[in-house]
This record gives sequence, C-alpha cells and structure tokens, in this order.
Amino acid sequence: MRVLRELTWVELKLFAREPMTVVFVLVLPVVVLYVLNGVFGDQPNPGVWEGHSPVDFYTSAYVALVVATMGVLSLPVHLASYREGGVLRRFRASALPRWTLVGAHVLVAVISGLVGSVLLTAVSVLGYDATLPRDWVGSAAAFLLVTLAFCAFGSFLGLVLRTARAAQGLGVLLFFVFMMLGGAGPPREVLPDAMVTLADVVPLTYAARALRAPWLGLPWDTAATTVMAGMLLVSVLLVAWRSRSE
Amino acid sequence: MANAIEVEGLRKRYGGLEVLDGVGFEVAEGEIFGLLGPNGAGKTTTVECLQGLRWADAGHLRVFGHDPRRDVRRVRGLVGSQLQESALPDRIKVWEALQLFATIEGTGRAWEPLLEEWGLAHRRNAAFGDLSGGQRQRLFIALALVGAPRLVVLDEMTTGLDPAARRDAWDLVAAVRERGTTVLLVTHFMDEAERLCDRVAVLRGGRIVGTGTPAELVRSTTSEVRVEFSAPSAFGLDFLTGIAGATTVTRRRTGVVVQGTGPLLARVGHALVERGLEPPDLRVSLPSLEDAYLRLTAPLDDPVSS
Repeated sequence: MRVLRELTWVELKLFAREPMTVVFVLVLPVVVLYVLNGVFGDQPNPGVWEGHSPVDFYTSAYVALVVATMGVLSLPVHLASYREGGVLRRFRASALPRWTLVGAHVLVAVISGLVGSVLLTAVSVLGYDATLPRDWVGSAAAFLLVTLAFCAFGSFLGLVLRTARAAQGLGVLLFFVFMMLGGAGPPREVLPDAMVTLADVVPLTYAARALRAPWLGLPWDTAATTVMAGMLLVSVLLVAWRSRSE
Repeated sequence: MANAIEVEGLRKRYGGLEVLDGVGFEVAEGEIFGLLGPNGAGKTTTVECLQGLRWADAGHLRVFGHDPRRDVRRVRGLVGSQLQESALPDRIKVWEALQLFATIEGTGRAWEPLLEEWGLAHRRNAAFGDLSGGQRQRLFIALALVGAPRLVVLDEMTTGLDPAARRDAWDLVAAVRERGTTVLLVTHFMDEAERLCDRVAVLRGGRIVGTGTPAELVRSTTSEVRVEFSAPSAFGLDFLTGIAGATTVTRRRTGVVVQGTGPLLARVGHALVERGLEPPDLRVSLPSLEDAYLRLTAPLDDPVSS
C-alpha cells in the first residue's frame, strides 16, 4: 500500500507537469463547457438535448469527456512513453509489484478526473444554476464505472501503441471524435442520420448517458451501463492477454 | 567464500535463434566480475535471465541460492541494477526518483546519504530530463544501491560517456565494491574490465569462450611479446634471430620489432649492449586483455593473424 501511495503521488505530480494532457483534461473541457453554457443557457427545448436543460445535459457529458480523455489520451501517452524510453524496464527490474504501476495510473485517472469534474460542475452550478447530482451514490458509481472502463481501454492502447507520438495522435483524434459525436458537441437530435449512426458506436455516448441518469435523478440507463461494463470487461481481458504475450 | 551467482548450462532461444547455448560461470561474493563480449554475444540476455527479466529456457541459475525463475521477487530484492536502455520519466526530480525507489525496495529514507555520496546533492531538485549523461549514470547507480542490494548489475554503464565521466564511473564502481557489494559488470570496453574486474568471462555467440582473472586470460590465449627499439640502418640485425624465444625480426620505418615469447626484453637488451648499441627507446609491449579478447572473439573462419 505504501508503494502504491508513493507511486500514485509521484505520478500525479508528473501528470500535473505534462502541459499537453493537463490542457486536454482540465482546461479545454472547462473552457468549451463555459462557452456552450453561455450560448445555450439553461432553458430546456423539447426538441433537443433529450428534453433536458442544455446546461445539465452538457455538464454530465463533459464530466464523461474528462474521464474518457484521461483514459484514451493521458494514460496511453504515459504508458507508451514509459515503454519507449525504458522506464517500464527500470520499474520491472525493481521489486515493484507488477500491477502497482497500473493501479497508480488508474488512481491518477480517478483523482484528476474528479478534479476536472468538480471544476466543470462548479462552472455550471455557479454560473448557470445547473443541477447538482440528484443521486450522489448512483452518480459516484457511474463515474467510477466509466473511469475504470476508459482506463482499461487506455491501458490496452498504451500496451499496443509502440510510441508516445502514436498514442498522442490517436488520443487527440479520439478526444475530438468523442467531443463532437459523443454528446459533448451538437445535440444528437440535429445530427444527420449518418452521424447518428456514428454517434452510436462512440463509447462516450454511453458514458454520458450512464452518468446523466443518476445525475438528473432518472431511472438507471441499463443499456448504457451494460455497454460500459462490457467495455471494461473486454479491455481488461485484452490487457491481460497482451501483458501475458509480452 | 559463498557464491553470489551460479550459472550452468543456461540456454535461451528467441524464435529459431539460439542466443545462449549453455552459458556457465560463477561469481564469488564481494567480487567485481566482468561479462565481456561483442554485441549480440548474449551478455544482456544472460544478466536479464539472472534478474528474472527474461525466462531462461534451460539451465541452473542461482542468485544467492535463489532461482530467479521461481523466486523472482526475492531475487529482485537482493539485486540492484542499472540496465541498458532504461530511463526515468523526464519530469521526475532526482529526490523523487530516489524516494520512490527507496519506497519500492522498502528502505525508507535511507536514500538521503546516497545524494551526497554520488555527488547529486546539488541536483536534488533537477528533473531527470535536465541531467547530464554523467549525472544520469550516477543517479542510476544510486537507484541501484537504494535497496541496499548484495549484488549490483551494471550493464554497459559507461557507453556514451565522455572519457572524464568514464573515469568517474570507474571510481564509483570501486566505491560500490568497497561497501561490500558484489558487482556484475557487463561491458565491451577492455580497459574498463582490466582496470576494475577481479575476474572476467568472455562470451561469444552464446557461449563462454574464456574465464579467469584478466591476467590468466591473457596468459591462456597469447604469450606473444613485442620488443621495439630504433637502430641505425647500417646496424646488422641477424644476431637477433638467434636469441632464445625470438620468432620474427622485422625492420620498420619506426624501428625494429622483435616478436617472440619469454623474457624477451632482457635477452634483446643484453644482446644489444654486447654489440655496443644502447637504444634509449628500447621498450616491450606485453599482451593486453584486449589482445586476448580479440583472439577469443575472432570468428572461427577468420583467425586474427599473428
């Protein structure tokens, strides 16, 4: 436990010293959400945003975006650069238990995702009177499930991608696809049919839905939760298979 | 003295390629043992198998009595290593790295004195990415020592260092041994091995082709001595071929070279003085570890000439 705590603390500091991931995880989403709130305000429109207030709709979507970005951008970039530079070799030769490094990265993702979520919620709640989570326990559970699912997926990407540059390229691409099609950009109702089909395969769509339901005090979105749980399971299996064949 | 390392019949294949083909050697506790060999001879693979970083296909492997294939956590706790091609995150600070590895090895704050000892105190708050090559090397050695290991593996630690930094690194290795730690040094620099190692093993093509102290290795592979001096061109040299032990005599632009075996310098000197020649530059070159190494590692179909 002491090793995990120390490593997590060091990794958190390293995360904070990496400008690229900090911008994408903690700065850009807050700025974009601030702009969207300013443009759309808090008046529900029955035709779009599933009938919710735009501020509420986007706040939960951006919380999902932050943890997804931690998973598909920050985590693979760190892991791939560790492999590329020989940091993983150095850790393996020490007495570091095998899963501690992964555990530390997941904890860093949870903590920085939490920080990002608090920032986003503060922007919406203080500026536009958005709804605080109605079901705290459910929201926390959904947050954790979504974070773990994207972390597992990101760990797989970090194991497969050979270089930090490749991880960064793919991560930034996924970030924008997620943002535009996953519910953090134009509402689904105004997307053309082809885009809606695409949005259906973007995992962020389900992450945002899974989070939105408890946040707004609606019944659990079973389909979205199942997709997230499935993504977690498949990614964990892929990571296990991949680290075995290493 | 007890053995720190025992290796016997070590084999390792990658795909169809036999990288290690029955490697065997022993390292006594407290020694500096050198593993020499050309690139691709299997040096790094051997030390990686010993540390449990690679799975040995066959053979007897013991590190202080523990098999790295069965007891890998135990072995890694006893061994500190400085690995080839390893690094730390660019933005980690020197003190953070030391504290992190001290925590991993479970030695608490024992890292503080290492900062001073390895000349890193003034770089305590520097990021790894900002360190010079020599400072990184010192940090790696400090990290290898932070767990108070009984064996330290140093894999090509001076590759890429400038001559002054290399000499500093040699002093560091000697200092490590002073602490009572056994050192396994992987290198392809003969001057390094000759200066530091108590015993060495030479690897070629996945096999040990020679082992012993540097002096033993030299004696076992070559006994050829060269005596050189300058002489006036009118001076006849025929008498030199009659000297016991001399095999060839050649006159070159730079002087006369007598090759042979035995106490050649004394005999040549004696003969020259008898004939009234006292060259001020009379000198001998004894076979070095480098000569022995080149003979041992020469491809079989292309033996090093004379």
